[in-house]
Amino acid sequence: MTQTQTPNPVINPKLIVPFMNAVRQVFKTMAGVETTVQKPFIKPHPGASYDVCGIIGFSGDITGTVSVSFSDSAAQKLVEAFAGAPLDRSSPDFADAIGELANMIAGSAKQHLGGLASISVPSVVIGKGYTISNMTNSQCLVIPCGSPFGEFAVEVSIKQKTV
Amino acid sequence: MKILLVDDSRTMRNIQKKVLSALPGIEFAEAGDGSEALTIVAATSGGFDLMMVDWNMPVMDGLTFVKKVRETDKKTLLIMATTEAEKSRVLDAVRAGVNNYVVKPFTPEALLEKVNQTLAKAKAA
Repeated sequence: MTQTQTPNPVINPKLIVPFMNAVRQVFKTMAGVETTVQKPFIKPHPGASYDVCGIIGFSGDITGTVSVSFSDSAAQKLVEAFAGAPLDRSSPDFADAIGELANMIAGSAKQHLGGLASISVPSVVIGKGYTISNMTNSQCLVIPCGSPFGEFAVEVSIKQKTV
Repeated sequence: MKILLVDDSRTMRNIQKKVLSALPGIEFAEAGDGSEALTIVAATSGGFDLMMVDWNMPVMDGLTFVKKVRETDKKTLLIMATTEAEKSRVLDAVRAGVNNYVVKPFTPEALLEKVNQTLAKAKAA
């Protein structure tokens, strides 16, 4: 990744750990791929981390978005491992697979976040230079991830309802 | 045995099809949301033996679909296959009438085991 990492003491591990675990579990279980997660950081700018991105919205006790973005080559190989066959980057099936991976990561993490929240059906963006705006004004925490097929990142921009 | 796969992800339907093809004599039908699934159910003579139902889908979600099916059909086996893993969600699905529940992500073995378990329980009843 080319971003400058901003050290920040306010990253809440209770918010991050469920996503780190979800990433490892989803790729191992559904694609047979071992992944690694690195130290999270606060995203210093609203630009895209990578060019292929699955986005899930949260509502209820948790609001905001979680996105999983992949480098192009990582996306193509991880999707192939997940779907069991190579999929053309421009086909609806490719976007479908990216969306379903994002859905499983967000959904798996959700159960450990506390409260009762609903998640949206996935949206998928494929292209360069997009930004994701979030109405919750929450910081965007980036969890850099690695795989044998290349890098990707989970971006968590959610707020939990305070009781 | 006729199985209806209800999931908005075609990739997930394909994965389920591949895993469940291990069962003998399977015929599959597919729907991308609950509303489409209801249309397919209404148009299928003899109905289905088993339906695999995702929760979060556009147009009509899986829980609503299950409730609508159970208004008239208490017999067809329904398995919710979803990322929704909170206890309250599972209870909602059970109250709505699902026979079993499998949480994504799942291994092929875990999915097949849930289906076999559901079929065996129904046979024994």
